[in-house]
Amino acid sequence: MPVITYREAIRAALSEEIERDPNVVVMGEEVAQFNGAYKVTEGMYEKYGPKRIVDTPISEAGFIGMGVGASMLGIRPVMELMFWSFYSVAFDQIVNNAANVRYMSGGQIACPIVIRGPANGGTNVGATHSHTPENILAHHPGLKVVVPSNAADAKALMKTAIRDNDPVMYLENTILYGEKGEVPDGDITLPFGRANIARLGKDLTIVSYGRCVVHSLIAAEKMKAEKGLDIEVIDLRTIRPLDVDTVLKSVAKTHRVLIVEEQRPFCSVGSHLAAIIQEEAFDELDAPILRVGTIDAPAIYAPPVEKQFQLPNPERVIAGILKVMA
Amino acid sequence: MSKKSSAPAETSALSDVSIAVPSPHATAAANAGLTTEQRIELYRKMVRIRRFEERCLPVYNSGKIGGFLHLYIGQEAVAVGACSLMGNDDHVITAYRDHGHAIAVGMDTKPLMAELYGKVTGCSKGKGGSMHYFAPDLNYWGGHGIVGGQIPLGTGLAYAVKYQGKKGAAMAFMGDGAVNQGAVHEAYNLAALWDLPVIFVIENNRYSMGTSQERSSAGQLGKRAEAYDMKWYQCGGHDIYEVRATLDLALNRARDEFKPAVVEIDTYRYRGHSVADPDKTYRDRKEIEDYRNTKDPLQVFQKQLLHEKVLTDAIIEEIDLAARAEADRAVEFAEASPFPTADDIQKDVYWETDQPKRTSEGRIFFNHV
Repeated sequence: MPVITYREAIRAALSEEIERDPNVVVMGEEVAQFNGAYKVTEGMYEKYGPKRIVDTPISEAGFIGMGVGASMLGIRPVMELMFWSFYSVAFDQIVNNAANVRYMSGGQIACPIVIRGPANGGTNVGATHSHTPENILAHHPGLKVVVPSNAADAKALMKTAIRDNDPVMYLENTILYGEKGEVPDGDITLPFGRANIARLGKDLTIVSYGRCVVHSLIAAEKMKAEKGLDIEVIDLRTIRPLDVDTVLKSVAKTHRVLIVEEQRPFCSVGSHLAAIIQEEAFDELDAPILRVGTIDAPAIYAPPVEKQFQLPNPERVIAGILKVMA
Repeated sequence: MSKKSSAPAETSALSDVSIAVPSPHATAAANAGLTTEQRIELYRKMVRIRRFEERCLPVYNSGKIGGFLHLYIGQEAVAVGACSLMGNDDHVITAYRDHGHAIAVGMDTKPLMAELYGKVTGCSKGKGGSMHYFAPDLNYWGGHGIVGGQIPLGTGLAYAVKYQGKKGAAMAFMGDGAVNQGAVHEAYNLAALWDLPVIFVIENNRYSMGTSQERSSAGQLGKRAEAYDMKWYQCGGHDIYEVRATLDLALNRARDEFKPAVVEIDTYRYRGHSVADPDKTYRDRKEIEDYRNTKDPLQVFQKQLLHEKVLTDAIIEEIDLAARAEADRAVEFAEASPFPTADDIQKDVYWETDQPKRTSEGRIFFNHV
């Protein structure tokens, strides 16, 4: 099986979908001539030309809104936000127009747009460029939210996203862009809402997604070696729809839950997961559900402090594991 | 004909108005070739809009229409004139004062009234309300509630038309208050930068809610187009021939050359911003009366068509009675229709979940107990 990076996997999905469907257009700041701020679209402008790979001005409300309007007439725009952090200046277009236009029209309109880009901290770019808005996006019915953790999922989920007839918010991670993984060749898609059990175990369930799956797997291996613990790690892959069944089945097996997410604690994805688990599997729990996430403050710049303390990392996950197991 | 209409008449009879005929725009290319039937239809649509909206008022005041009700009364010639120019690949989008455009593009008034009542027979199944009328089958893309938020969408409609190699244009309507929103300027820039066939139509009714143009906007509204190297036009919105003549130029240029334009149309609303606006603090009653007496779009066109001998007193009467009866029938339809059910609340949220079989797995709706 070919081994490619997360970045190349997304590029492969975009390229294959461009070749498959003449209505697919990739658009965003610096995606064409500059080859992408994070090189996700590198080489695509040269290959597919200016009709399919379109550089936009720095004008997120304008071009995201334009993409929403174009999608109502059957175009399938894949809009890059250079950072998901910039969604705030296009928020009205996303939550009022993309998310609501189907509902407000009584189901007469579909909005098959994909908005994609990196959403993560850990690169010392400060509070304005480190937002992780999957919880905020998933709060809006009408939107679907995807957060892939590895190259194979990134490709398959991007293909599903582009073919989906609803607006899909696809959140990548700059730190994962260079991570390599085995990615099967060919036209492979993955249904949204199907979690991946990234590691089988029986003593504790870690529920995670995105880069936190990587931290969780490292922590789980260490706990196996040091404490003999068998930790199950669930990669949600998509936040909305959410694979609740896989989580509950695992909880019924392990009876202990740690949620690991790059989210601040208040109103996070994990808050909602914890609510669902206690509501639907209360009798299965042998310990309170705990969460490891981002320390509750704007993203700090100071490089070692952000990495070691503010964001989740394997050490903090291990501390969380030990607390749940205590 | 039904005689029970309780609609207060805005223009039940011609008052002694100082309206000059013939219209200097009657001979414009867009108007010269209109048939008698087409002229009458333009007049009929304006009357139908006004009678429909007048009929909404007592219903709103009786509490049967919820939320907001932004009436278009006084501005009818703009929507009817503009939408009468639409071809198969032309599209329209507007803001929340959207009843006039809906009727102008050809929507049936029964589901429009039912939507105001929040009934399941409404044009958006009772899910949108007054501000959110849509008819994609008639190239009408709403009905949008956030000031200026629809303008990037309209630009996207134009983008799609051009991308798909069609010869058409989008008309993106906004009020004078919208020109100060950033999204509008971002859309202007994209349209001009990429030669998109979109006409930005500013319906300048002089007030953004209760704030006059003088108190909210610096400079001439349409002139802002010049900063983007876009052509702009200004015209009166009281004479439907002038609206048609002006927009026809802009639309043809958009369709033939993919050139966007801004068209600022001077118009006036007789009612408050919404029905909840007592309309007592920010303008004089005399200002309203003066406009109504000199520029009422229905009376202007009625006088013109009488001059052309297209209308007669008998036809005017017939159109008026028919429009009142139509509004009454719309109310009867809405009254008799059921509300959506609790089960309907989570339908029409996702395309996917409206299909017989879902494509995704997992939980997509999250419910409390």
